[in-house]
Amino acid sequence: MSLLTSLARLRAIDEGIAQPIATVRHCHLSARPMVFIPLKLAGEAAAPLAAMLGTDPESPRLLVVTQPRDRDLRFAWAADLAGELLPYVAGFTAETETVERRNADPYERTLDAPQLIVPNRAGVAFTRLLGRSTRFRRTDGPYPVPEGVPLLGRWLTYFAERAAYPGSSLMLAATDELARHWASGQSALEDANLAALLAWITDGPDDAAEDPLIWPPAGPATDPGFDAEVLAPAMESGSAERITEALRTQLEPTWRLVWRAIGLLRGLEPGASVAQRWEQDRGSFSGMVQQLAEGGPPQARRDGAVAAAARLARMERAQAAYEVQRAYDDPLVMAEYRLTGEAFAGEVVDTVPDHTEGEGRSRKLRPLVTVKTDDLVRIAPGTSLGTPQRRGQGAELVSASDGLVTLKITKGMGRGKTPAPGAVPEIGERVCYSSLTGDFQGAAALPEPEETPWTHGGPPEPYEPTDEDAQEEWS
Amino acid sequence: MNRLDALRGTTPPKPHDARAIAALAANPGCARRALMDGAGIDKGAVAHHLGFPAPFGQSPFAITRGNAFEALVKADGCAELIRMLRELLGLPIDEVAYHDVLNVGAHLRHAHTRTLIDRAARGEGAGTLYDHPLFALAIAGHTAYLEPDVVAFQLGGRFHIVEIKSFAVIDGQADPAAVAAAARQAAVYVLALRTLLEELGHDPLRVAHEVVLVCPENFANRPVATLVDVRRQLAVLRRQLARMTSLDRLLDALPEGVTFDLAPGEDGRPARPVAELADAVRTAEARYAPDCLSTCDLCFFCRDEARQEGASDLLGRAVRDELGGVASVREALALADGSRAPAEGQEEIARLLRGAERLRRECLA
Repeated sequence: MSLLTSLARLRAIDEGIAQPIATVRHCHLSARPMVFIPLKLAGEAAAPLAAMLGTDPESPRLLVVTQPRDRDLRFAWAADLAGELLPYVAGFTAETETVERRNADPYERTLDAPQLIVPNRAGVAFTRLLGRSTRFRRTDGPYPVPEGVPLLGRWLTYFAERAAYPGSSLMLAATDELARHWASGQSALEDANLAALLAWITDGPDDAAEDPLIWPPAGPATDPGFDAEVLAPAMESGSAERITEALRTQLEPTWRLVWRAIGLLRGLEPGASVAQRWEQDRGSFSGMVQQLAEGGPPQARRDGAVAAAARLARMERAQAAYEVQRAYDDPLVMAEYRLTGEAFAGEVVDTVPDHTEGEGRSRKLRPLVTVKTDDLVRIAPGTSLGTPQRRGQGAELVSASDGLVTLKITKGMGRGKTPAPGAVPEIGERVCYSSLTGDFQGAAALPEPEETPWTHGGPPEPYEPTDEDAQEEWS
Repeated sequence: MNRLDALRGTTPPKPHDARAIAALAANPGCARRALMDGAGIDKGAVAHHLGFPAPFGQSPFAITRGNAFEALVKADGCAELIRMLRELLGLPIDEVAYHDVLNVGAHLRHAHTRTLIDRAARGEGAGTLYDHPLFALAIAGHTAYLEPDVVAFQLGGRFHIVEIKSFAVIDGQADPAAVAAAARQAAVYVLALRTLLEELGHDPLRVAHEVVLVCPENFANRPVATLVDVRRQLAVLRRQLARMTSLDRLLDALPEGVTFDLAPGEDGRPARPVAELADAVRTAEARYAPDCLSTCDLCFFCRDEARQEGASDLLGRAVRDELGGVASVREALALADGSRAPAEGQEEIARLLRGAERLRRECLA
């Protein structure tokens, strides 16, 4: 957490209402997201109890396992879930565009992609477990499961994996996204409670948010008091209707909260890079569709050494890119870097647009710009700079002292003798430059999986789904 | 009367279990908690009487499942457990014996455990599993009795604490918070057994610092055993227990005659006026942090107190550290908008706060 966010939290306590920490929205919001609120049976690793889901706030679908310890009922529930989720996902595969790639064949990318929204991070973790417990099943042989269940498992696994990918919006946790845009006057730990966080953002803090009788937990864990006093007797009675109605009371309040959270996020303008990240999401989604179409095996239980290293490198790059993009999209995020001296903003007071370096053929246009700033600049001369105002342009810090910073533009100046109109900031213009740039180190070269060295366990056994996997107990 | 007993008053002491002792290490800086735990006060009952009941509860489904799993592991003289220990520790097949300490009756269990462990340490009864042993550990002058799930004694001369938990290990991974809690709890047992061996004149290090954690594997009920190193938890625990023997300093800081007595009436229900009890509790300084919400019964009371004081502790340690020791919300905001001049030593944080305030105003204008 940065000091800027801490200050916003203090201000939130003082004013009794959450404070904005972003001026634009940093996640993509689908026009038709699928809200998914799962509940699990306490004490079990991944025994589903119920789920409320759907794309229409007015008509949620409620799926209930009326006897959570019954394996057949559990798989019937998973089949019902597949019946809702798979058609939703399939609805995005038809319309595609052809994308040309350098050094590779063009590929088909879907024009839109599905989006799953769960209430909190625990919801993502449970989705992952549901995926893990269903993706290896088979619809034939001993212990067959209903049609659609193994495919559901692969999609749930995919969504949960994407949720961990920085900047991806294919699966969002409502509390995480709200906390990225508003600072409440409570701790980050308490922000994980959707009702409490929403209360801070809309009407101010409310103790009722922590009362499970008024706002039941947003899942997947249920309130122990509810388990003891309502659910256990209902299960004892054996009445499916009673169990269903009991669980409805626990899910409906959260259903309303998640849609409210979506409404709040929709009220923010999307940041400039959101569409670009969603494009990557669409590409990833198309890749998954392709893999399934080609009959690839389900995702392995664990990554091999090379696959794990590659995944980590991808995620690190995505994280770095996400941080840069958020700062460039949002002055309030950039302000955090200005506070630490890694960026500065101010008014242009002097320019030398036709300044050049080098002689003869290697003579290059390197315009000089002097900026007057109130920010404390802690950037060494020679450091590369970027600017949100002219994203293609690169600059370099020449000197900084007494609130005056001189920089020279080094990239994006073309070959002309004078700069194109608008390429160099005018005197009087407000600009912002930062040492935070999108240039990252390339990924380290990794060996092919079959050449994994012995230090890393040697080449991994190629993953083959086994009968044992398919018949694994789920009790 | 002992000063700690006076603090508890007429309310009967609450025995510490391993979970409570493990939780002592969670917030070592809290005087209120140290005093209450040292005096054996039932913090849950105090919180309830104060009108701030603790937000904890366990679902009957979780309890049933936990008991069922433990029963499964221990069925038929720990047959399943012995199989796993044989694989994990190389417990020799012909040397395995099972001894249920519970057979001797509850009042004698601790004495009996001592005798059995002494005998084992002298080299008799190798390869034995001791079920339902009862250890003792002195907590601030009070004896707490502890029940580990099982103790295994290996031929190699080392005792292993076995902890049975019902959270699942899926594809070799378990919930880190659950594992950490289990490790802290097991460390309490290791310490208690080491203390016992020392009292009996044996080498305390014969208790392994690696405990055996038994959990269900994947989504089935089949148990799997893993070794968990608890050296770090042991170090924290030892430090905290050493501190608790020096409660005198904390007691000296309390006003004369203060007590946290619930003054139970004849029906055993607390009869102390709530406001009076609240005032008494406030005389012992708390150190609230949001982490308390998952470990301490008094958390809602202390959080309410922190709110009334406008303490920056409310926002968590990360924020408090960032504010560099500015303890109150109002003070920090006044430094930020410049309406308050920084005190000595606050110049740097005041400069940063003013900078942050300027930037927020500029960006949100």
